[in-house]
Amino acid sequence: MYSASDLRKGLKIEIDGEPYVVVRFDFSKPGKGQALYRTKMRNMVTGNAFERTYRSNDKFKKAPLEERSMQFLYSQGEEYNFMDTKTYDQIVIMKDQIGDQVNFLVDNMEVDVLMFNDNPIGVTLPNFVNLEVTRADPWAKGDTSGTDTKPVTVETGYELQVPPFIDEGDKIQIDTRSGEYMTRVKE
Amino acid sequence: MLEISGLKRRARLIQAIRHFFVLHGYLEVDTPVRLPCLLPEAYIEPEISGNWYLQTSPEICMKRILAAGIPKIFQICKCFRRHERGNRHLPELTMLEWYRRDSDYHDLMAECEELFLFLANELDMTPTNCNLDSPWQRLTVAEAFSLYAEISLSEALASNFFDEILVRDIEPHLGQKRPTFLYDYPAELASLSCLKSADPAVAERFELYINGLELANGFSELTDPIEQRTRFEKELKIARSLGRATQAMPENFLRDLGQIDQAAGIALGIDRLAMTFFGAERIDEVVAFIPEEL
Repeated sequence: MYSASDLRKGLKIEIDGEPYVVVRFDFSKPGKGQALYRTKMRNMVTGNAFERTYRSNDKFKKAPLEERSMQFLYSQGEEYNFMDTKTYDQIVIMKDQIGDQVNFLVDNMEVDVLMFNDNPIGVTLPNFVNLEVTRADPWAKGDTSGTDTKPVTVETGYELQVPPFIDEGDKIQIDTRSGEYMTRVKE
Repeated sequence: MLEISGLKRRARLIQAIRHFFVLHGYLEVDTPVRLPCLLPEAYIEPEISGNWYLQTSPEICMKRILAAGIPKIFQICKCFRRHERGNRHLPELTMLEWYRRDSDYHDLMAECEELFLFLANELDMTPTNCNLDSPWQRLTVAEAFSLYAEISLSEALASNFFDEILVRDIEPHLGQKRPTFLYDYPAELASLSCLKSADPAVAERFELYINGLELANGFSELTDPIEQRTRFEKELKIARSLGRATQAMPENFLRDLGQIDQAAGIALGIDRLAMTFFGAERIDEVVAFIPEEL
């Protein structure tokens, strides 16, 4: 159990059977008055947020969260299949639960899966992944018109802006947090 | 650690405060910080030191000095309050308290105005977006509720949401453009202040705000030992209901309190005063060290 004085930004607690993370926190105490803990909580499954003020005798359950290392196996429609690298258990996570991270997910990639009461609620990819460019317009050499990027498509179907010298078949590094091009990867 | 320029301006502030009180005929006192019992307060949790406590305020010893007949005293000292940590709170804080006999809370409000103008002049600095020229805004607690809250003061007290509404809906409006004295607290929140003889539902207590930040708490002091004992018993009862180990009644204090006819006293947080003058958003920016780096 946590008490209100343990509250801080980033703390994960369980409220009404759902996991929440403290996204904003402020300690207040009016003169001679009670300690007040003003928070904004975000539901880790739905993303919905609410603001609430707690008093020092309020208690909180620690959210039963566990991060597991898993390997992405394959996807079938909306279902994405992963395998726990320790226990070899296989689980299915729906595409919408993975969110934008599906743009960077390729077979055999190792990811961290966040489990709440043994249910997966989120997937964290490595910060940088290398993906192959599957479609790119050729670079018109000598084009000095000033455009310094062009759109390409990578193997997952994700489109992004890259420097004009990137060709089809190149491998590029992408930052999975921003979705932006980092560098060309030499094989 | 705070950088050298920060240490220097803090030192200048504290020296200017001393200078003000010495010029105004106050005696500087230096009382023990470790005490066998404190003044019971429901919502301030003391730090335990062996069988004794670290002070949460120097009030207990300072009022005993006042009772011994010294008319005007001040002290700059450390106070300790468990679990108080935030952008505006430290569990070890630097406090300025001053007490004067034969005075009331209006005298203290006027003296606050003088002190701040003196400090602004000595430091050649003024708080951001704040005009210190006298007179400052004076707003009763009831007026503040009717101006800024969705429910009245009496409804807030009845529903037990006074603190929440004060912090969320009222404090952010106080002390904007010029300092605000929030005064005439409901008798339920009198603490160690005396009730108004013309209206005993109201206590002669005030708080000073600048830019939404609470800086000081002052009263016309309650000097009736019997009434004070009843109030302490109430505070101890609340502390017990919150599951805190409670301490003994401060008998020596209550015995001496009867020696004072009339007096007024105020506690002003020096760290917050530094935040105000130096434009700091967080208390961490004005102290030599924060607890997390010790």
